[in-house]
Amino acid sequence: MIKAARRALPSLGMVPFLGYLTVFLFIPTVIVVVGAFQDDGRPTLDNVRALGSGPVLHALRQSLVVSASTAVIGAVVGGLLAYAVVTCKPDGAVRRAVTSACGVLAQFGGVMLAFAFIATLGFSGAVTTLVKDSVGVNLYGSGWLFDVPGIILVYSYFQIPLMVIVFLPALDGIKVQWREAAENLGASTWQYWRQVAGPLLLPAFLGSTLLLFANAFASYATAAALVSQGNPILPLFIRSALTSEILLGRANLGYALALEMIVVVAIVMTGYALLVRRTSRWLR
Amino acid sequence: MSASALETREGVEVRLEGLHREFSGVRALDGLDLTLRPGELVALLGPSGCGKTTALRLVAGLDDPDSGRVVVGDRDVTHVPANRRDMGMVFQAYSLFPHLTAQQNVEFGLKLRRVDRSKRAGRARQMLELVGLASQADRFASQLSGGQQQRVALARALAIQPAVLLLDEPLSALDAKVRAQLRDEIRRVQLEVGTTTLFVTHDQEEALSISDRVGVMNQGRLEQLAPPEELYTAPSTAFVAAFVGLMNRIPCRVEAGRASVLGATVRVTDRSVTSGEGIAMVRPEQLVVEASDAGSAEVLQVSFLGSVTHVRVRTADGHELLSQANGAEAARLTVHTPVRVRLVADQLLVSSD
Repeated sequence: MIKAARRALPSLGMVPFLGYLTVFLFIPTVIVVVGAFQDDGRPTLDNVRALGSGPVLHALRQSLVVSASTAVIGAVVGGLLAYAVVTCKPDGAVRRAVTSACGVLAQFGGVMLAFAFIATLGFSGAVTTLVKDSVGVNLYGSGWLFDVPGIILVYSYFQIPLMVIVFLPALDGIKVQWREAAENLGASTWQYWRQVAGPLLLPAFLGSTLLLFANAFASYATAAALVSQGNPILPLFIRSALTSEILLGRANLGYALALEMIVVVAIVMTGYALLVRRTSRWLR
Repeated sequence: MSASALETREGVEVRLEGLHREFSGVRALDGLDLTLRPGELVALLGPSGCGKTTALRLVAGLDDPDSGRVVVGDRDVTHVPANRRDMGMVFQAYSLFPHLTAQQNVEFGLKLRRVDRSKRAGRARQMLELVGLASQADRFASQLSGGQQQRVALARALAIQPAVLLLDEPLSALDAKVRAQLRDEIRRVQLEVGTTTLFVTHDQEEALSISDRVGVMNQGRLEQLAPPEELYTAPSTAFVAAFVGLMNRIPCRVEAGRASVLGATVRVTDRSVTSGEGIAMVRPEQLVVEASDAGSAEVLQVSFLGSVTHVRVRTADGHELLSQANGAEAARLTVHTPVRVRLVADQLLVSSD
C-alpha cells in the first residue's frame, strides 16, 4: 500500500500542470467545439456553413498564404543562419551572441514589433522618409505594410530567429564522423549533402517549417496592432466576430472560426510530431 | 568464407615520409617516417597527444601535412582529396549513417562507385557475412549494439576493396569483453582480405595482440617499430620500455658493456649507456623473489591475479620493485616476509634517464 503510494508520488507533481491544461486548453476547446454548433443554446450548422462564405474563405486563404510564406522564408533564411552558427566554434562568442539574440527576437512579437515597423516603414517612418528624401522612392506605396505583404514582412522578423532556435539541435546532431566517413567512402561534398546530411536533416527541417507555419497561423497580437481596418487573416476575423457590431447576433461564428483554426493547427502539428519522431530515432 | 571468394585486392606498400604537422604552434608530428609492407597490419601505439591519430588522418586525407609525403604503392597521394584516396576507414564510434540500414551502410561506397544494384547487394551481403552480421542486415544503427555497429563499419570500409584499411581506435568505445572479441575478429578479417592496415590505438594489449609490427610514438616521432615480441623483450628506448608492459627502473653502474644490477652482472643492449651510472629497465618477470631469512628485501604487497602473482618488495636501499611469478607459490608470501630478489636476464637496456 505504502509502496503503491510512493510509486504514485512523482505523478502527483503533474497535477498542477494537468489542472492548468484542463482549465486553459481542454475546457476552452470543448466550449469552442460545442459553441460552433450552437446559436442561442440551440443546435445549428449555420456557423459551420458560414465558414464557406466568401469573406471567411478569403481570410482563410490569406492566413494560409501568410503562414506558408513566412514559414518558408523563416525556414530557408533561419536554416542558413543556423548552419552558419554551427560552423562557428561551439562555445565561441559568435554562437552565444546569435543564439541569445534569436531567443529574444523569436519572442519579440505584438504591439512593440508592429510599432517598430510602423516607425521605420510607415507613412512617415524613418526609413520611408530617408529613402524618399535621398532616392525619391516612395517605400510606403499604397500602404502595403498594413496588408498581407506587411504582415509577411513583420512575421518573418520573429519566424527567422525561431527557426534558428528549433533547427539548431538537429544541425548539432550531425556528427563530423558522418562527413568524414562519407568522404572516405568516396563521396564529394554534394554527394554527402545529397545522400547523408540532406536526408538526415530533412525531417527536422520540414518539422521546423510546420512549427513555423503553426506559429504564424495562430499569431494575433502583431497583426492586430498592425492592421486596424479589414480582416485579412483568420485571427482578425475572429476579433471582429467577437467585437463587431455588424456581426452581432452571430457571435458563435467566432467559435466556428476558432474551430477551423484548431483543425488546421492540429493537422500541421500532427505532421510535425510524425517528422520529429522520425529524426529523434535517427539522431539518438 | 575463403579469401578467394571475397575478390580481395593485393596489399600495397604505404610510405609515410617525413610528415610534419603543427596545430597552433603545437607539434603533432615531427618528421614521421613509417613504411607498411604490403598486406601488413601495423599498429601505432602511444599516449594521448603523441600524434598517432594525426598520422592516420594524414594518410586518410582528412588533414593535410605541413610537409612530407604519403605514398601508396607508387602513387603520391599527399595532395589527393580524401574521397579519391581509395582508403577504407573505421572510426572510434558513431560513424554509421543512422538513416540507413546496416546493408545500406555497407552498400554506400559501392553506390558512389556506381556498382549496379544486384552486384552491390551481393557484395554488401558478403561483407556482412564476413563480420558475422548477415542476419542483422535490415537493422538501423540505433538497433545495433556498439560492437555490432563497429562490425558493420568494418564491413562498410572493406566493401569498397580499399587499397589501405585505416582503423582509428575502433574498439575504444566498447566494453572489455566485446573489445577482445572484435579485436581478434578484425585480425581474422584483415588476414582474409589481405589489405594493408594501419591501426591506431592507445591500448598496448590491443596493439601487441593483433599486429605484425607495432610502432610506438612519442611527441610526434616514431620511437620504435618492431614486431610485438621484440618491442616487449628488446625495447630500444626508455620510453618504449616504460610504455609497453610493466617495467622496474633500477639504478645501476655500467662498465665495459656490462651492468651490475641487484648483485648480478648482465650484458647491456646496443642502445644502452656504455659506461657510468644508468637506469636498468627490468621486467617484473625478470625478477625472482624467494623467501629467505637472510634476505635484505621485504614484501610490501602480494596480488594473486590467477595465472600470475605480483609481488611488490622494498630493497635494503629503499627501492620498490615489482616481481611477477607464475604459479601460486609466490601468492603464499606474506607482507613483511624477508626475501631475496634475484635477476634472471641475459641482457638489459640501461638508459641514461
